Amino acid sequence: MADRGLLVFENTSEVIRAEDRLKACGFQVKVMGPPPEIRTGCDLVIVFPLIEELNILRVLEQAGVSPLQSAPVASPLLAPVDLFATTDFGDHLMVRAANMKITVDKSSRRIVNISGGGCPDVPYLAREMTGKTLDEAPSPRSLGSTLCGYALQLAYEEIVRQCS
Amino acid sequence: MLLIAGTVPDEAFPLIVEPVRITARGLALGERIVDIARGTPALAAAAAQAASVLGDPPPTVCMAGDIGRGQGSRRIYDYLAQNLNDVAPSVLAFHYLQPEVDGHLKVLLAVQEMQRRPLLIADAGFMYAAKMSGQAKEYDLFTPDAGELAFLADEEAPHPFYTRGFILHGEASVPEMMERAYRGGNAARYLLVKGATDYVANRRSVLHTLSEPNCAAMEAIGGTGDIVTGLAAALMLHGLDIPKAALTACLASRLAGKFAEATPASQAADIIEHAPKALETALKQLFP
Repeated sequence: MADRGLLVFENTSEVIRAEDRLKACGFQVKVMGPPPEIRTGCDLVIVFPLIEELNILRVLEQAGVSPLQSAPVASPLLAPVDLFATTDFGDHLMVRAANMKITVDKSSRRIVNISGGGCPDVPYLAREMTGKTLDEAPSPRSLGSTLCGYALQLAYEEIVRQCS
Repeated sequence: MLLIAGTVPDEAFPLIVEPVRITARGLALGERIVDIARGTPALAAAAAQAASVLGDPPPTVCMAGDIGRGQGSRRIYDYLAQNLNDVAPSVLAFHYLQPEVDGHLKVLLAVQEMQRRPLLIADAGFMYAAKMSGQAKEYDLFTPDAGELAFLADEEAPHPFYTRGFILHGEASVPEMMERAYRGGNAARYLLVKGATDYVANRRSVLHTLSEPNCAAMEAIGGTGDIVTGLAAALMLHGLDIPKAALTACLASRLAGKFAEATPASQAADIIEHAPKALETALKQLFP
């Protein structure tokens, strides 16, 4: 644990932007749940190798997504879901990650439904993605702001994998 | 009065507190029309359909625009914290709101200060906040699906995204997860668990289960859970006790799916259209 640090951001959208930026720069980072003492609601933190701290903070500052706080990991962190449930309806395939489900028409690869979830970006993501093919639809991480949006991203990646 | 608090996916949508009407163009709130696609508008539309069948006044919504950044939810939290005592609903349903501990506690405090405490229903993001705040026992009804029940059962998860795999994908049955949620103090007075089999339970036992008519496609359709919650809320306002309201809502929702000949590509609005006939049928079947 002591060789890892965590980055705390204002909101989940910033976490997603920072993760994208850091991964694009080749850093070995991971999103996790915050420790209880800094948990405020719909949160994620980025876990990073402490030895890279200065480089990482510089990259984030240049990208305009500086964290609120950077600290060593001192206690066990919650891990996001990493298992999926798939339901085959015949013409349609549904994948669930945590509380989020995405369903596509198998022949056209068109997203016919997004269900589950409870954060306010879910109806927004559903509106923007439903009716589009997996190739046309925006990815949840490009529009989502919450943990439900992040869970939908995982389900989306899995259904893209299964439908490719 | 049934008051429904939730968001619509439009950042420019202001805070509106109005009774709703169903029109051919969507859900009318004063001069504004909202699409009944899913989420809180679907819940409110189902409740409005039920109210018309039951001869009750339509629900009032407290609604604001939010696409996940939390601003609209905070406007709703602030409004409720300041005005609940004056609005004085008999049933209060919380729905798609950014799950924030501070906002939740502020609203719950306002509820506790009301002269007459309403029946409290929590679904979606507000249910997450209620559990995360350790205040689940203050609520009369939670309406999770199976995945959200696993989250309630996991005493360490602050959001369904962190539900531990051995609970989410383990062998535990729905009754076992409900028991675990109650043991951890993370369930409301009653639970309505939506799924292939619907469960209505309290701390002591499972009160009702329902598996027919079976419509597996409903799980894929966004908004079907919202319909069940909306129907249950309207039935509670009408005076049914919570277990009967929950059971009737489950049956009516299943019947509406059957009447709509739902497929995984159906939309919530297709199901809501059949809600009046489905509710009448369910009431006759359960209370002949």
